[in-house]
Amino acid sequence: MSDGRIFIEPVPTAETEAFWAGTAEGRFLVRRCRSCGKAHWYPRTICPFCSSDETEWVEGTGEGTIYSFSIMRRAKPNYVMAYVTLTEGPTMMTNIVDCDPESLRIGDAVRVTYVKTAEGRALPMFTPKSEASA
Amino acid sequence: MPSRPALAYIVGAYEHPTRDAADRSLAQIQAEVALGALADAGLSKDDVDGFFCGPDAPGTGPLSIADYLNLNKLRHVDTTNTSGSSYVIHVAHAAQAIAAGKCDVALITLAGRPRAEGRGKGGLVRRDDPNQPDFQWEQPFGIQILNVYGMTAMRHMHLYGTTSEQLAWIKVAASQHAQHNPHAFSRDVVTVEDVLASPVVCDPLRRLDCCVVTDGGGALIVTREEIARSLKRPLVKVIGTGERPQHQQGGYFEITQSGAAWSGRTAFEQAGLVPADIKYVSLYDSFTITVLMQLEDLGFCAKGEGGRFVADGNLISGVGKLPFNTDGGGLSNNHPGNRGGMTKVIEAVRQVRGEAHPAVQVKNCDLALANGIGGQLGVRHASATLILERG
Ligand SMILES: [Zn+2]
Repeated sequence: MSDGRIFIEPVPTAETEAFWAGTAEGRFLVRRCRSCGKAHWYPRTICPFCSSDETEWVEGTGEGTIYSFSIMRRAKPNYVMAYVTLTEGPTMMTNIVDCDPESLRIGDAVRVTYVKTAEGRALPMFTPKSEASA
Repeated sequence: MPSRPALAYIVGAYEHPTRDAADRSLAQIQAEVALGALADAGLSKDDVDGFFCGPDAPGTGPLSIADYLNLNKLRHVDTTNTSGSSYVIHVAHAAQAIAAGKCDVALITLAGRPRAEGRGKGGLVRRDDPNQPDFQWEQPFGIQILNVYGMTAMRHMHLYGTTSEQLAWIKVAASQHAQHNPHAFSRDVVTVEDVLASPVVCDPLRRLDCCVVTDGGGALIVTREEIARSLKRPLVKVIGTGERPQHQQGGYFEITQSGAAWSGRTAFEQAGLVPADIKYVSLYDSFTITVLMQLEDLGFCAKGEGGRFVADGNLISGVGKLPFNTDGGGLSNNHPGNRGGMTKVIEAVRQVRGEAHPAVQVKNCDLALANGIGGQLGVRHASATLILERG
């Protein structure tokens, strides 16, 4: 649900085209380093930890917990800005959607969902696990 | 107390009195602040051989404004850009350039007219470029300065129990000071209740937790000791500096930890001082949470104790233990061009000179600290710290 929001379009690069192709198919990819084994965010070719270029896309669980969030009340429509810590380790910037913003808490379990932009890109956003199963 | 070695001297400081510059061009404001600081120092534009400016200066780096001002003696330029903290870093870099013999009289300028240009509402015009590697991971999600500071405050509250009432005390202190500043954008004295009654704009931040949007600017003149002593102004020594960029660290970060923890430590070590020695602080106040985190990270209180530290008027001059932003700060007085670092240094210079408004002047203010947080706390930012001493 985008509630009529207009999104700035992501502009994929040679480094990230596969990620956005993945979200279009409902797949959430995470970049991990074969050399040091660590996943990072945002995805990049050169590992931010060991500087190796032996990084690869791996299928993410699409699950995590809310690290922090803020309801952007000055925007019309309102939206929930958030950082989500992925089960793979790193924390990513995103939005929490399909939820009652007033009931959100830091630490809540969330899972990925996709919100389409005007140009058809699928943005990885998150929704509370409890509401999704309700 | 033995005198500490000076890295350089600040001999000129000028804050433009305007807060709404519809009647002035941006270049004109740049020139007016430059000439104001030179006049304060007792120098002229032909004494300037080093020019430091940020991207607020229109044109390619320093070139167009050097041309407009007709600066003919330049032999050193520096356009370091860390957004709002740039001008604090420029003082440090000017001191380094002077020590290296690369210039003798450094001019640092800031000017902006976001109100006149219609950016007073709805946040900044974003200049981000899709080639910026973070663009596609942040812009589509609606990142704005307001909501990343909101997330930072939300997590600080979660980790440490910080409250909206405590944040409100920071604005209350700024407003108490601003009532004495005839140039302040807002001279309204507010209470904790007033702050809490202002609308929530981005949880947990309310409208009165946010800085003002103003036009104007300021300038500084930094020089070496022999020249400083030849002038007629009270001596203000730069005795410690530090800078620290802080970012997302591959996705493993703590947004309630600012770069001030590093920039502050570097500056205190260089000055041979500890936080308890400081009589006055200018702290970057884009939002109330920015102030609270700098107090903790600079070591004025333990991490997580910022809320209790700022409560009950502890930042009000003549009332509390640590007077801050006695000009009214960015929260009430001035945040020219959406960049608050310049005005932080200017008020610290006034305090060390003994030239702050008498109602807010800190007694025997021989040691002051100014800190800038440029960029976005909670995403990527640079902290810059200066420690100043009366000469
Ligand atoms: Zn690695």
